[in-house]
Amino acid sequence: MKIVEDTVILKNTPINDNIFDMIIKAPAAAQYSAAGQFIEIYTGNGVNLLPRPISICEIDKDNGTLRLVYQVVGKGTEIFSKKKKGDILRIIAPLGNGYGIKTVKKSIFVGGGIGVPPLLEAVKQAEGEKIVILGFRSGTVLKEDFEKTGAKVLIATDDGSVGFKGNVVELMKSENIIGDVIYSCGPKIMLKFLAEYAEEKGIECFVSMEERMACGIGACVGCAVKIKNGDSFVNKKVCKDGPVFNSKEVLWND
Amino acid sequence: MINTKVNIAGVELKNPVMTSSGTFGSGREYSEFVDINKLGAVVVKGVADKPWNGNNSPRIAEVYGGMLNSVGLQNPGVDYFIKEDIPFLRQFDTKIIVNVCGHTIDEYTNVVKKLNGKDVDMLELNISCPNVAEGGMTFGTEPEMVEKVVSEVKKYADKPLIVKLSPNVTDITIIAKAAENGGADALSLINTITGMKIDIYKRKTVLANKIGGMSGPAVRPIAVRMVYQVNKAVKLPIIGMGGISNGEDAIEFIMAGAVGVSVGTANFTNPFATIEVIDGIESYMKNYGVSDISDIRGIID
Repeated sequence: MKIVEDTVILKNTPINDNIFDMIIKAPAAAQYSAAGQFIEIYTGNGVNLLPRPISICEIDKDNGTLRLVYQVVGKGTEIFSKKKKGDILRIIAPLGNGYGIKTVKKSIFVGGGIGVPPLLEAVKQAEGEKIVILGFRSGTVLKEDFEKTGAKVLIATDDGSVGFKGNVVELMKSENIIGDVIYSCGPKIMLKFLAEYAEEKGIECFVSMEERMACGIGACVGCAVKIKNGDSFVNKKVCKDGPVFNSKEVLWND
Repeated sequence: MINTKVNIAGVELKNPVMTSSGTFGSGREYSEFVDINKLGAVVVKGVADKPWNGNNSPRIAEVYGGMLNSVGLQNPGVDYFIKEDIPFLRQFDTKIIVNVCGHTIDEYTNVVKKLNGKDVDMLELNISCPNVAEGGMTFGTEPEMVEKVVSEVKKYADKPLIVKLSPNVTDITIIAKAAENGGADALSLINTITGMKIDIYKRKTVLANKIGGMSGPAVRPIAVRMVYQVNKAVKLPIIGMGGISNGEDAIEFIMAGAVGVSVGTANFTNPFATIEVIDGIESYMKNYGVSDISDIRGIID
C-alpha cells in the first residue's frame, strides 16, 4: 500500500554541518511503513522535478510520525534542510521492500555514513542479542539512539576520532564479529567488502542499495542494480525489487 | 455538455490524454494512484522481441526544469508483455497502445508479428530512442531509413501504426513526411532531446551512458514548435508530448495541431498528473466556451 501524503514537519534540526534530523506527521504513511523502507519527498517547486529518496530512520505508528535523518547532498536535500516546523512536505510512501527482520539468536547491524539511519528502526524491531557496527569518516551520528535500544554498539572511524581506526569490515575482522544474520546499509564499496566477510563467515547478509531514481515506484526503471542470473545478470529496480537485497544476489564486480 | 472524444486513425479515445511511453510502465504501478479508466489511452513502455537489460546506472539525472534519462529501453520482452500486461490493462476501460522497439528491422517486425491478433488497440513505432546504440534513434534521423522501416513494419501490422519521431534532427518535417510516405497512420512527437550533465565535483558525467534524453517542462516550447510545424507539413493525426504537466500545457499542444496529448515526466513529479491534465482540459473548455475539443485543434495559423 503506497500513498501520497501531505505531511507536517514537527522537527527539522541539524545534527552536524550537513546532517539533519527531521520528524514528520505522516499518519497514513507511518501506518504502512516497515524497517528498511524509504520514502520520496517532493521538492514542491517547478524546477527540481524529481522527488528525493530518503530512508526511514524511525516509525512511530502510535503518534503517526516518521523520523528521517538525511544528509544535504544536493539541491533537493538543501531545500528540505531549509524547511521549518509546521511546513508541509508532500511524500510518497512507503517504498521498497524493507529488511524483513528475522527471529534469530544474534543479529548484526552494519551501517556506514548516511547509511546508518535506516538501521535504527531495524535494531529496535529485532529480538535477541544485537550488535551494531557503525562507520564514519569522523565523529558519529545517532550513536546514543542506537545505545538506547540495548544493543552493543561499536564505532569505526576513518580518522580514529571515535572508536576503532579503520572501516567497519576491518573492525568486524579484528573483533571476529559473528552472528546469525547481518542487516546493512552504506556505500556500495562497504557493502561489497561486507558481503565478502559474510560469505567467508557463512552469515546471511542483507544489503540496502542506493541509486539515482525518479518515480520511486518501479515505473521509470531508472534505478537499476545488477543481480546475478547464471553467468550473466538482470537489472532489478532498487525502488521496487529492493532497496534490500540478499548480498549473494548482487553482482558486485561490474 | 463538452465533447473531449478524439479519433486517431479510426480508434476513438474518450479524451485526448495518454501516457508517454517509458514513464508509466504498463500502468500497474500508477494504478495505485490513478483511475486508469479515466485515461484516453495507456501507451506502454517500449517492448522488444526479447528481454533487454538496458544501460548501466546511473540512468537518471535532474536538470533545470527537466531530467535526463539513459534507461536504454530495459524491458521484459513481448512474450511477457502479452502474457502479463495485456490482461492487466484490459481490466480497464481505456485504449492500449504498444510502443515497439528494436535494434534491427527484423526485431521490430518480430514484435509486430507477435502482437498481431492480440487485444491491443494501436502500435507506436519507437524509432527515436536516443539511448540505444543500434536501432532506436539511428532509424529515426535519416528520411530514407524512416520510410523503409515504417513501410516494412506496416506490412505486418494489423493495428494502426503511430510513428514516434525524434526531435534530434535539423528539420522534423522531412522525417514526418518520410513516415507518412512509409504508411504511418499517425505520428507522435517529441521523443527526448539528447543532453548531458557533468558533475563538476566528480569531474564526470552524471549518467553512466554519458549522454541521455532530456524531458520535462523545459523542453515544452521545442515540442510545441515541432507539433505546429509537423501539423502544417503532413495530413496525419498527431499525438503531442513534451513537458505537459497540466491542462493548459495540453491545450497549447492541441492549438498547435495535436489530436492527442501525452503526459510523461510529470508523472514522476506528481503521480496524479494524468488525471489533473484531463480535468484541466475540461475546465478550460467549460471556462472558455469550447464545446468540442476539435474546435480549438490547430487554430494557430
